[in-house]
Amino acid sequence: MTQNVIEILDGGLLTTIQDTGRFGFQKFGIPVSGAMDIQSLKIANKLLNNPINAACIEITVIGPKIKFLKDTFISITGANISPKINNKKTQMWQSIKIKKGDILEFKELLDGMRSYIAFVEGIDVEKIMDSRSTYLQGNLGGFKGRKLESGDILKSFKNNDDDNNMHLRKYEPLVYGHEHAIRIILGPQNDYFPPESISTLLNSEYTISLESDRMGYRLNGPTIKHIDTPDIISDGSPYGAIQIPGDGIPIILLADRGTTGGYTKIATIISSDLTKLAQALPGDILKFSVITIEEATKLIKSESQYLESYQEFTNKDEDTIFNIYIDGELIEIIDDTENLYGIKEKLSPPTITKSINAQTKIPQSGHNFDFEIEITRKQSIDEI
Amino acid sequence: METELNFLSAGDQSLVIELGKSIDLELNQKIRDLTSSIEQKSIPGIIELIPSYRSILINFDANVISIPKLKNLFSDLYLNLKNAKLPKPKTIEIPTLFAGKYGPDIEFVARNAKLTIQEVISVYTNNIYPICMIGFTPGFPYLQGLDQRLSTPRLKTPRTSVNPGSVGIADNQTGIYPVKSPGGWQIIGRTPLKLFSPNNKNPFIFNIGDNIKFTSILNEKEFSNIEKNMNLIEENEI
Repeated sequence: MTQNVIEILDGGLLTTIQDTGRFGFQKFGIPVSGAMDIQSLKIANKLLNNPINAACIEITVIGPKIKFLKDTFISITGANISPKINNKKTQMWQSIKIKKGDILEFKELLDGMRSYIAFVEGIDVEKIMDSRSTYLQGNLGGFKGRKLESGDILKSFKNNDDDNNMHLRKYEPLVYGHEHAIRIILGPQNDYFPPESISTLLNSEYTISLESDRMGYRLNGPTIKHIDTPDIISDGSPYGAIQIPGDGIPIILLADRGTTGGYTKIATIISSDLTKLAQALPGDILKFSVITIEEATKLIKSESQYLESYQEFTNKDEDTIFNIYIDGELIEIIDDTENLYGIKEKLSPPTITKSINAQTKIPQSGHNFDFEIEITRKQSIDEI
Repeated sequence: METELNFLSAGDQSLVIELGKSIDLELNQKIRDLTSSIEQKSIPGIIELIPSYRSILINFDANVISIPKLKNLFSDLYLNLKNAKLPKPKTIEIPTLFAGKYGPDIEFVARNAKLTIQEVISVYTNNIYPICMIGFTPGFPYLQGLDQRLSTPRLKTPRTSVNPGSVGIADNQTGIYPVKSPGGWQIIGRTPLKLFSPNNKNPFIFNIGDNIKFTSILNEKEFSNIEKNMNLIEENEI
């Protein structure tokens, strides 16, 4: 059974439905698609105790505006695009309780490139070739094969009515930054390049160009020369392959990559670093280094363990949230009272005395309680 | 037969088996046989295979299976390929309306081959074409076996849009466009068959290694009859 869960009020830049990907049809020319940042999608699902491959919403740089049509839980992971519920900053990397009528929107991009919203039991759209992922170029899968637009109403699978007894979970937030150490394994066609070209790749800084999308990222940086030809007889394209066409400009093949291609591939990015790429913006710096397959495999296994590293917390904890405002601007959310005293340290140095409006929910009552705290910071001799 | 496979490194969750560096029918049959023999074995951890002209890309889950183990399994399967009981390739008939508005480039192909249009159709439909690879767009078959005389260079300026079902020639390759897409191949005809039906249980009507046999449709009436029947079949399947 399914229920309407959200209405899209504004689609944002590129908001699509994705799961872990469409497998088994690449030999017929169908790209895998799926979340660009599989790790964040899996974490988002794990936060709601969903099947790991449940369909989520993938958001790109500019988030959508979403109205909830039922009481439910969601989770938001990946890039920090300042998510707000009913105009109040909301936490990422944890389960969030939602009331019917709540409005979720996203403001400025603070870190990363793509966010994921998971819904209890996952979004219900028709499976096309075993997957709910949107393949944009093929107009296939997801919601009508396209990005989400205002007016779209999405369903999610119905879970039991004991939503309120759900185990709430949280993870340590991940941060991405703008410089990314990317580890690679040479091959499949590294023998088409002279040693100088390999060292160019490993010793240069590359930046992600504006010609980058879900199919692949074109890089800016020193060109990479072939020994002879850049062409091969077309063969399969691995996820994360670094393809070098005749002009020597590297292209990294990503989620919506064509299944086959006729250009040499100098190296392949390790699976664990594909998350960094999915969260890298045009202009971000990439530095490549080589690691062994054994090391890369260990990283894959520790990533699987990381998925089990969530902490559980109860609804009650969630109610003791302090929103700290200074001059009307929300500066901090503190989710336990002890940390409230830490606020002093977080005020910027010129602040000597400030009146702070704080807000808390009284546990179980559902009411908000506003109060003011006076924080006085001792003037140091230097400042006088 | 070579006893050792050539493996190429392709990251931590992919591996390439390369059987050669040329486009060769015999090589491609081996690719096809090895692919079905691996698929038949349903090895835990193998996610999917992408066979192409002369190599196979294997995508696997490194949490389940390791590269050394995969290499051993594949080498064993390759050695025993002769004894493997593999499904026989199918021959799929593709009814095609040649020339006219559905085959706007057939005149150019005919002039290039110094043949009449009728001769082009008869030479083209006389051959059987094995599918060496599927790619480019969903379900696009790369076919081998074009008669040398029909080999024609690509269009100087590719079309921005080629209709689904269009049958084309590019140098010594031939193929069918399953979905609307840009394309630079010389279009000689069109089939009313649907090559890609994403909502069907089996979205594609052929596989790598299968053979294509083109037959000539007489006129537009026959073309639209077949088209109508296709739609009926599809409705029933969904």
